[in-house]
Amino acid sequence: MNENVIEIKNLYVKLRDMVVLEDINLSVKRNDFLGIIGPNGGGKTTLLKTMLGIIKPYKGDIKIMGETPEKGREYIGYVPQYVFFDLKFPITVWEVVLTGRLNRTKYFKNYSKEDKEISEAALKQVEMEKYKNKKIGELSGGERQRVFVARALVSHPQILLLDEPMANVDSPREKEFYELLKKLKEQEKMTIILVSHDIGIISAYVDKIACINRKLYFHDSKEIKMDELMAVYGCPVDMIAHGIPHRVLKEHD
Amino acid sequence: MIESLQFEFFRNGLIGGVLASIACGIIGSYVVSKRIVFISGGISHACFGGIGIGYFLGFNPLFGALLFGVFSSFLMGEASLKAKEKEDTIIGVLWAVGMSLGIIFISLSKTYAPDLFSYLFGSILTITESDIKLMIFLDFFIFISVILFYKEFLAICFDEEFSRVRGLNVGFFYLFLLFLVALTTVLLLRVVGVILVIALLTIPSAIISQFFHSLKKIMLFSVLLGIFLMIAGLFLSYFLNLPSGATIVLLSSFCYLISLLLKR
Repeated sequence: MNENVIEIKNLYVKLRDMVVLEDINLSVKRNDFLGIIGPNGGGKTTLLKTMLGIIKPYKGDIKIMGETPEKGREYIGYVPQYVFFDLKFPITVWEVVLTGRLNRTKYFKNYSKEDKEISEAALKQVEMEKYKNKKIGELSGGERQRVFVARALVSHPQILLLDEPMANVDSPREKEFYELLKKLKEQEKMTIILVSHDIGIISAYVDKIACINRKLYFHDSKEIKMDELMAVYGCPVDMIAHGIPHRVLKEHD
Repeated sequence: MIESLQFEFFRNGLIGGVLASIACGIIGSYVVSKRIVFISGGISHACFGGIGIGYFLGFNPLFGALLFGVFSSFLMGEASLKAKEKEDTIIGVLWAVGMSLGIIFISLSKTYAPDLFSYLFGSILTITESDIKLMIFLDFFIFISVILFYKEFLAICFDEEFSRVRGLNVGFFYLFLLFLVALTTVLLLRVVGVILVIALLTIPSAIISQFFHSLKKIMLFSVLLGIFLMIAGLFLSYFLNLPSGATIVLLSSFCYLISLLLKR
C-alpha cells in the first residue's frame, strides 16, 4: 500500500511566459494527508490545476495513478477555491452534489437512481442532508465547503484535492472540517492534498507538509526547515513544533 | 379589446409575442444567472450586419441575422474561452462591426428599406405567417436542446472548472449556449428589434430570479411573465398608439423597477 498515487518529476509550468513553477518534484503516497503551504501567488493553485490537467506543463512529467492528468483526474475529487463561485446562482445543494456524478457517458440521460443514492450518501457523510433543498448561496462558508466535499466524493475518488478550503470558514468550524477530512482519510483510505496560504491553518491533522513558492520544498515528512520557510515566505517564520497533537506553525510579524 | 383581435396582424403579433417569450424566458434565465448579458448584447447587435446583407443581396433579412448571430456568437465565445483578458474588448468591437456592416450594406442596396426601422426597434404588428413558422421552429429547437442538456448547462454555468475536471466538453456547451442566445435574438428581432432584444432577454428572468432559486422555476415563471408583459405591452401600445417594441420594453423595465423596490 505504499505506492505513489501522484508522481511529479522536474515539472516546470509557465503562465504567460512567466515561470510560475520551477523544477517541482513531489511524490504522494496512498493515504497520505499532505498540506501544501505557500504565499499567495506562489503557485499553489497552479500546481493543483496542473495535477488536474487544466494547465499544461511546460516541461517535466506528472502522473496521477500512473496516468496522464487528463486520464488520471477521474480518480481525483476536486474542491475548488471559494472565490470562483457566484453565490447568487440559482442552484440547490442537491443539484450541486449531483453535478459531481456527471461525465461524458451521462449525455442525453437523466440522473440514475444510483446517482441519486450515491449523492444522498455523500450528503449524509458530510452531515449536510438537512440542507438538501437550500440554495447554495444561503449556506455559511463552512457548510458550503462540506457540500463541495460531497460533490467531490460522489465520483468515488481516491485522491481529494482541496484549494484553500478554510478561506471562508470561521475558526470553530475549521476543526470540524479537519475532523471530516481525517475521517475520510481513515475510513475511506483516501489520499488528501490540501493547499493553503495560511501556515497556522495546517494543524495536527496533516502528516506531511510541503512549502511552495515557485519552487517546492518537501522531505516526505512533517518537517520544514527554517531556511526553507524563510525562502518561501521571504521573512523569518517561527515554528512551534512540539506538543503533538496540537502542532502549530506560527508566523512572525 | 375584442375588436383588435379581429385584425390578422394583431393576432399574428400576439402569437409572435408569445413565441418570443418562450425562448426569452428559457435562454434569458441562463443569460441572467451566468451573467452573460454583455456578450448577449454583442450577439444581438452583430445580427444587424446580417440584416444589411440580407437587404443588399435580396434575401430574407432574418436569415442574414441568423447567420451573423451564429457566427458572432462563435467568435465571442472563443474569445471568452481562450482570451479572457480581451473578452470585453472583442465583444465591444464585434458589436460595433456588426452594426456598421448593417448600415453600410443597407446604404449600398438600391432598394429603399422601409422596414429598416422595424429591425432596429421591432414591429410586432408586421409579423407574417412565415415569420411565425420560423419562430415555432426556433422555439422547438431551443426547448429540445435545453431539455437534452439541462444538467450539463447547469453544471457548466455554475462551475466551469469543476465540469472540465469531470471531463465535460465545457467549450462545446458554452458555445452551444451562445448559439441558443443567437437563435433567441433572431426570434426576438421582429418583436422588439436588435436594439431592444437585450431588454426582453434579461428583464423577465431578472425579475423572477429575485424570487425563486431553482433554475427550472425561474425559466417557467420567466416565460409566463414574458407572455404577460408582451400581451400587456401590445395592448397598451395599441390603445396609446405608441411603437409596440419600445412600449413592451418600457413596461418591462417599469416592472423590474417595482420588483427591485419590493425586494428591498
